[in-house]
Amino acid sequence: MTAEELLQIAEIEKSAREQYKHTVHVCMAAGCLSSRSDQVKDALEKEVSRRGLERHVQVKGVGCMGLCAAGPLVSIENKKVMYQNVTPADTSDIAGSLEGETVKRLECPPDMPFFTRQKKIVLENCGKIDPERVEEYIAADGYAALHHVLTTMTPAEVLEEMTKSGLRGRGGAGFPTGLKWSMVAKADGTHGKYVVCNGDEGDPGAFMDRSVLESDPHRVLEGMAIAAYAVGAKQGYIYVRAEYPLAVKRLKTAIRQADRLGLLGNSIFGTTLSFNVDVRLGAGAFVCGEETALIASVEGKRGQPRPRPPFPAESGLWGCPTLINNVETFANVAPIIRNGAAWFAGIGTEKSKGTKVFALAGRVANTGLIEVPMGMPLREIIFDIGGGIPEGKKLKAVQTGGPSGGCIPEQFLDMPVDYESLAKVGSIMGSGGMIVMDETSSMVDVARFFMEFCMSESCGKCVPCRVGTAQMLDILNKLVKAQATPLDLKLLEELCDMVKSTSLCGLGQTAPNPTLSTLRYFKPEYDALLKQSEDAAANNGHAAEVRK
Amino acid sequence: MLLQAKRPPLPSADKRWRLVEATIRRYGYEGHALIEALHTVQECFGYLDETALRYVAAAMRQPLSKVYGVATFYHFFTMKPKGEHSCVVCTGTACYIKGAPRLMEAVEEKYGVKAGETTKDNKLSLLTARCLGSCGLAPAVVFDGDVAGKLETKDVLNRIEKWMNP
Repeated sequence: MTAEELLQIAEIEKSAREQYKHTVHVCMAAGCLSSRSDQVKDALEKEVSRRGLERHVQVKGVGCMGLCAAGPLVSIENKKVMYQNVTPADTSDIAGSLEGETVKRLECPPDMPFFTRQKKIVLENCGKIDPERVEEYIAADGYAALHHVLTTMTPAEVLEEMTKSGLRGRGGAGFPTGLKWSMVAKADGTHGKYVVCNGDEGDPGAFMDRSVLESDPHRVLEGMAIAAYAVGAKQGYIYVRAEYPLAVKRLKTAIRQADRLGLLGNSIFGTTLSFNVDVRLGAGAFVCGEETALIASVEGKRGQPRPRPPFPAESGLWGCPTLINNVETFANVAPIIRNGAAWFAGIGTEKSKGTKVFALAGRVANTGLIEVPMGMPLREIIFDIGGGIPEGKKLKAVQTGGPSGGCIPEQFLDMPVDYESLAKVGSIMGSGGMIVMDETSSMVDVARFFMEFCMSESCGKCVPCRVGTAQMLDILNKLVKAQATPLDLKLLEELCDMVKSTSLCGLGQTAPNPTLSTLRYFKPEYDALLKQSEDAAANNGHAAEVRK
Repeated sequence: MLLQAKRPPLPSADKRWRLVEATIRRYGYEGHALIEALHTVQECFGYLDETALRYVAAAMRQPLSKVYGVATFYHFFTMKPKGEHSCVVCTGTACYIKGAPRLMEAVEEKYGVKAGETTKDNKLSLLTARCLGSCGLAPAVVFDGDVAGKLETKDVLNRIEKWMNP
């Protein structure tokens, strides 16, 4: 593969596209597929050929368009119109509307804040290209960044560019990406180095990685290849959850295509860089999102973390220096190289650069996948983009960071969303799950839900996490059933503190967060349950006396 | 003379074992592909039994204890055969907030099974998933591998009733 060949593929693809007068995009990501978008696509294709329009109209399956709640989604590219809740019966009207008026009853308002307020970097191709064709990715400037890096930049320059961009790890902790890459680049690689992509999106309520892998898998591969060049690795692994069969399938297709075109494999673009990528399937263990546990799992072992240091940057996969980044982090790499570090650093806040993808779900009108600049206030995300709370209910809290995060009450809604601000109010950025809760949700029950999750996902290696989470769950169960005493609540607080400060890995260290944050902001709910417990105990005591 | 370890024979003439063997061979009989091998077994047979674990351990030259340890560590692997039909209720946060526990209770009550169990007539397995990533469609349920979203209790019971009393 040479630069000319890459350009040629892009040109052929673009001119093939120009032959069509209209392109109809049908979302084929998991969300819309569950609402039967495959049937809509089939019906549209049949309708187009029934009308004899095959040469003018292209029906294309694309990745996630974001508004999952209103699926199946169909968009007509040149008319800038999007249709929601489309059924196979609607396809005749849609095909008929191509030359005339749009179908008003299905139309999504184009000026909907859900679309206008977003800024797309990671998701720029999602919903626009067919994820199963590498040609479309190349036509959208794909692999241009990799070519640029390999032919005009030294590894040190790539590292500097990443550092200057200010990109921070999108897996949740927010470690500066440039620094991580530099550490791996500096490490001794006599026995090889590895690049690992963490796609073990175990956080319940988050589906950013799934959407990126299903909608634009080549972007992740390109980011990994650039990283491999910068740190000096020859082999990469993508660790994906087995619960995402479609993402795994598209990723494997993408790797095959990239191998065939020489965009992965030996001497990429005729340079000395050789880089192969393999997919490794997870098997349903939340703890494998922790980097040392993930390494153990890629090695075919039980996914148990080990103490750090040594960090994976020094000793990771098979004892070799290993770079581990999240799917979304790698997805940011190619745009940074293409547009420059200064461009990226110009987006977002002082310490949190760029954009963040969130999976907006729960009690909010527009559930789906969104990407916003760092620093956007929560209120705008939930009320403008999310469309507010349905059924006229009142917002109670926003949960970010999943089982490791916290519940943010209404009073902080005007706070900008970035790593530091979220940490200040006792939550974390996390991988991007954002669950909205209204007045009907019991916060103690939410704390119990997450504690049950952590208890069942604890790998059992260290005592504080294995025993502590079970004990805390016990107390929360008692509270929810109104059988707790004030002493229990005190013990719960002590346990939270103990588990947080003595656990081995991130799972245990953050497991008390949902409980701590609800204790901090929703104490009256705990008190009300305690009061109920006291009343119930008093009644029982009374009943016991009567029985005597 | 090249010293070569003897490969264990396939446990039976069942053609599915060849697929398992192919996966193990693809990774050069190396232990690090253990999880991939177990995935293939579960895909082919629906669950992992002792025969499968013993075969995988021998073919990859791994201690049986390690293979058993890995198989039981990961939630995705099951050692129990599934019923004819499976109903997997997502218990992720979004589904939880939007009423997944109610769906579970309704199925548990009507068919007398608990999560993770199969009915006595072996027709229905009720399972739970951590998160399907279909949070936009909460609450979501997978009926025999088919994801359905925005469900009410009656939708779930109707779907299952069609299996139980067609």
